[in-house]
Amino acid sequence: MQYFLQNLVNGLQWGSFYALVAIGYSMVYGILMLFNFAHGDIFMVGAYIGFFTATGLVALAAVGNIILPSWVIITLTMLIAMFLNAFVGMAVERIGYRPLRDAPRASAAITGLMIGIILETGNLALLGASRRAFPPLIKPVTYNISGVFITNQKILIIVVALSLTFMLHLFIRHTKWGMAMRAMAYDFVITPLMGVPLNTIIALTFAIGSALAAAAGVLFGIAYPVLGPYMGIIIGWKAFVAAILGGRGSILGSAAAGFLLGFIEIFVVMIFPSTMRDFIAYSIILLILTFLPNGFFGEPYSARLRL
Amino acid sequence: MLLSVENLKSSYGKIKALHGINFHIDEGEVVCIIGANGAGKSTTLMSISRMQSVEPGSKMTFMGKNLLDYPADKVVSKLGISHVPEGRRLFGNLTVMENIILSAFARKDKKAVRNDIERVFSIFPRLEERKTQKAGTLSGGEQQMLAVGRAFISARKLMLLDEPSMGLAPLLMLNVFDALKQINKEGTAILLVEQNARMALQFSQRGYVLETGNIIIEGKSEYLLNSPDVKKAYLGA
Repeated sequence: MQYFLQNLVNGLQWGSFYALVAIGYSMVYGILMLFNFAHGDIFMVGAYIGFFTATGLVALAAVGNIILPSWVIITLTMLIAMFLNAFVGMAVERIGYRPLRDAPRASAAITGLMIGIILETGNLALLGASRRAFPPLIKPVTYNISGVFITNQKILIIVVALSLTFMLHLFIRHTKWGMAMRAMAYDFVITPLMGVPLNTIIALTFAIGSALAAAAGVLFGIAYPVLGPYMGIIIGWKAFVAAILGGRGSILGSAAAGFLLGFIEIFVVMIFPSTMRDFIAYSIILLILTFLPNGFFGEPYSARLRL
Repeated sequence: MLLSVENLKSSYGKIKALHGINFHIDEGEVVCIIGANGAGKSTTLMSISRMQSVEPGSKMTFMGKNLLDYPADKVVSKLGISHVPEGRRLFGNLTVMENIILSAFARKDKKAVRNDIERVFSIFPRLEERKTQKAGTLSGGEQQMLAVGRAFISARKLMLLDEPSMGLAPLLMLNVFDALKQINKEGTAILLVEQNARMALQFSQRGYVLETGNIIIEGKSEYLLNSPDVKKAYLGA
């Protein structure tokens, strides 16, 4: 039982990254019927922005001889990375996707792949091949709750991921911008007749998705402090799987599927050797999709309805 | 003059939909465009609301401003032209209230918006009863009410109406037209496009007859109602 609970916590942490990244995939798809294949690399850029921000803040505090409590550094790093990465996402949309708004979807998908490669190799060209170590922001403390070990890092990651998901859900449900996004997901063409500026809402969608990806990047850096230019590829693909599994366009669905993916991967390793993790985990997903081709919350035909 | 349209040309690929039509609307007027299916009526409205691209040489002036300088959302929020599209096109996944709130998206005058929503609910009490219901679950008549109410809130100088009578039982249709009459009395000019020519001409002050992308007859609605050509082709008498 303890073993099970332990893995549940681990799965929850691991799924947090997938969930936050999957939401960005899902939102863009919901509105534009477009898979933003650069999104995994936007996550990578977010992690790097977080790395530079955190390193900078730590250095600044050292120079100024100020003792910044670690929660201040983490909060600032998170907010700055989310803020700046929002602009990265908006730039990707403006430069990559907007000119192709009316082009065949395949062209736009290819554009996403190309932007992804440009971001990866751009990073490589600018920063070199050496990996970066994310500065340790939290002194790890481990709590033993009746045999289940939980670190303060894990708690942070899980709480932040869940609260961001929930806040976004409320935003989509209750603000006029959220309403505009849902309206666009339902009938894109007609939305301007309500006085809604399409491009603004699309930019906002990319901004939010990228901000969440940056949050995931910072959290990832805290948990696994080695960053590389290609770190976004696998996470990106898996989050894409989660977005599909959740039902395209559904925020809570994508988040739930992201966590499920985390659980499955962790629990597979509980039973099987870790080299078989993805082989078995994704065979299970394949099986789920065979029986639920629209994902958990998706609808046939109009997956767009669900945002 | 509120809106003047000169030499409006539009096409879908190689198919010409409008061959350079001219018409105008004065302040407070109700004007209709009648014509058969495919005559270009919807294209005309969509050109005005900038949902459909127009060809070079087309000129549209709204209250002295070049309408072509404005993208679709600004035509609504800056110029004050609302458009009830063909088939209503409500956001079926949003509630009635959300549809209404969304239509005020660009408006900053929160107090006036609240009054306008009250006004819409007083014109269409049914909508208030169905406030929390998904728009997709409304009956045809209620959907048309919501479509008109939404347009009323989004912009008020000119309302473009595409086939408001379509699919409505006669009594409901009269309801909707009564509401439109009230809205017009309060100062909103109306450009109405209809296949139901008799209804449209009875409701409007002036009319244009559109045939395969050309305006072939224009005049006072009473005149058109009694014109033998119009009678024969569009009134079935």
